[in-house]
Amino acid sequence: MTEPRHVRPYGDTTGDGMVQVSFTLPVPPGPRAEAAAALFAQKMGLDPTFVVHAKGIGERFTFFVVYGRSAVILDLDEVQVIEREFPLLTAKEVNLEVRSRLKRRMVIVGATVGTDAHTVGLDAILNVKGFAGEKGLESYRELRVVNLGAQVDATELVRRAVDERADALLVSQVVTQRDAHLQHVREVAAALDAGWPAGAARPLLLVGGPRFDPSAAASMGADRVFTKGTTPREVASYLVHTLGLPAASGSHRRSARVSA
Amino acid sequence: MTTQMRLQLDARVVSKARRLAERAAAPVVELARTHTTTSVERAVLRLAGLSGADAEGIPWVNRLADAVRADVGLEHGVALPVYDALATGDHADLAALAQKAAAGGVRFRIPQGREAARAASAARRAVGGGITRIDRSRRERDRLVRRLGDPPKPWIYLIVATGDIHEDIPQAQAAARAGADVIAVIRSTGQSLLDYVPEGATREGFAGTYATQENFRLMRAALDEVSRELGRYIRLTNYASGLCMPEIATLAGLERLDMMLNDCMYGIIFRDINPQRTFIDQRFSRQIHARAGIIINTGEDNYLTTADAVDAAHTVVVSQLLNERFGLEAGLEDWQLGLGHAFEINPGLPEQFRLELAHAQLVRELFPNAPLKYMPPTKHMTGNVFFGYLLDAFFNLAGVLTGQEIILVGMMTEGIVTPFLSDRDLALENVRYVRDACAGLAEDFVPAPDGFIATRARQVLGESVELLERIAADGLFEAIADGTFGITRRPSDGGRGLDGVVARADGYLNPASELLEGTPA
Repeated sequence: MTEPRHVRPYGDTTGDGMVQVSFTLPVPPGPRAEAAAALFAQKMGLDPTFVVHAKGIGERFTFFVVYGRSAVILDLDEVQVIEREFPLLTAKEVNLEVRSRLKRRMVIVGATVGTDAHTVGLDAILNVKGFAGEKGLESYRELRVVNLGAQVDATELVRRAVDERADALLVSQVVTQRDAHLQHVREVAAALDAGWPAGAARPLLLVGGPRFDPSAAASMGADRVFTKGTTPREVASYLVHTLGLPAASGSHRRSARVSA
Repeated sequence: MTTQMRLQLDARVVSKARRLAERAAAPVVELARTHTTTSVERAVLRLAGLSGADAEGIPWVNRLADAVRADVGLEHGVALPVYDALATGDHADLAALAQKAAAGGVRFRIPQGREAARAASAARRAVGGGITRIDRSRRERDRLVRRLGDPPKPWIYLIVATGDIHEDIPQAQAAARAGADVIAVIRSTGQSLLDYVPEGATREGFAGTYATQENFRLMRAALDEVSRELGRYIRLTNYASGLCMPEIATLAGLERLDMMLNDCMYGIIFRDINPQRTFIDQRFSRQIHARAGIIINTGEDNYLTTADAVDAAHTVVVSQLLNERFGLEAGLEDWQLGLGHAFEINPGLPEQFRLELAHAQLVRELFPNAPLKYMPPTKHMTGNVFFGYLLDAFFNLAGVLTGQEIILVGMMTEGIVTPFLSDRDLALENVRYVRDACAGLAEDFVPAPDGFIATRARQVLGESVELLERIAADGLFEAIADGTFGITRRPSDGGRGLDGVVARADGYLNPASELLEGTPA
């Protein structure tokens, strides 16, 4: 059966368009608050609306659960998505590919940059213990991981990357207040431009964190964004992919070093 | 709360575990007794009454301690050279001395003989004044708890973190009105790695609010106000961790904070702070907490966010035993040991809840007189807020069944967004429902003597003893360097803050340590 091109949300019947939302209004609980919630839902495009739950939070706020029918009809042809363009490899396959193509261990330098002290994401990808049942990159025999930890200055990160002859930098950013995460990545990209020796192949800049937009990698000067739920294997598979392996895409700037 | 013993733990195994923890801790305690740090010395200056900061926001305690260090080092402590300079020079007070020293206008020396005795006695008088202020805060807390009433256990612990103390205050008051018994103001990201304590009321922070003396004072006053309105004493929590642990503990004691996060290894493992620095700072900060009547919260829950909650269950118990040992050695009493643990087992694992119950009950029985702090799931909270809400209810149930005394309120939006106002309200509704619906259910919770729960608890205890044997034999620093806790390897000469560690010379004077290690007032 082919997938229909035009779809609406599915409550309990095809095409019913039913959705559920919850929100709080700064309105004291009472009939006026409920009417306000219904009106708000209508203005969101829900019609009819059903305010099924209203509860005061303190004296000044009311919390609502609202059901309603959305008039939106979605054209799936308009959907844009970045799909993983590389195969997911096992640790064994990653090691094999790195050894046979790179002929040395691949070096990965990771840090959280700037004010961000949260290493949970970084450690999930790098630490042996890993994440979601997968061991971290430290456990890959053919990867050499240098985990610099929290709050590393961008220029210091690049300096260490030069010393270690890094193939990839992993920058993890959790804190997003006033777009600190975007700013910190741009600082690393700028430090790479300024501090990387001329003529040497630049390392990849991989960025991870829960609030990054995967399509915004280039705008930050990064090569790839990994979002919430990324596992170490995905990162390792991507690194192998950029070697032009196993499918020889060969287009990436790192390929210069591989053939050298 | 009287703890019922239900797991038939072998008393000999339990006391063996404690003996091993004591043995593992001994060399670390010895290190702390024979060394000082920049932050310990700055805490001494704060107790002597020095506060404020220069135009760049660098506190005068930093300026003064740095000036002393540049001239004579910190091997003898700051007290002697500072009070010698005060006695011999023409300085109105400590603040005037600090300003002049920062401008390079003071030459410090280590006084000898009669001059040393004079400086020591002036320093003891000044620092004693700070300790007296801490004592007064403690008496004030006791008085308020008596007059306003103490909330029944479990205490409901809720986090506030806007970055702006003036936003935090109404949120904290609202949370108290909605049922919170303990308010924790999360610190700004990165404060743990600042080697100074910011000054004044702050309105900007990253994912939290700076811990400053003025912020402490403002929030405590606001909670006193709402405590009177509600007729129960609402407790305030902050973080004595990071590079300024001793100073923040001191400020907490002065400003009547009630509980402080203060783990023996958290900063090492999760913030890459130098292990030696951490243990030295920690001992002093715990001596202050002991004196101030502050309940510490330890951070074992964090290990389970990086390590697997089943495989690493025994590392939690080992860390709790070490935290207990370090705490008791520093003068804390059992009721001040808010040992931490968490509900972090993968919910996809069969019999997850039974495993959680086994761990929680084991901790309850190992530390029957400690107010345990139980932390909600974070690692396995996904974007599915509906399932998250269910998981939090099971966490609350485990807490009630096993008699945990401080329960952190789990948010269904954990790790997704900063909690909405409604998330907090729903979370409190969840806790209240479980607590009321299951009131007294703990007395019906009697695991079969050789059933799954009792067996698992004994197994975890057994693994803890094995690990403690290894640590006692190899050394705690080696175990930390080896990645025993939270999987992260931290060598004892790595991390931040080692340059602030100084070996004490003969004739080292720290009037605060003298008073804190002497007979309690």
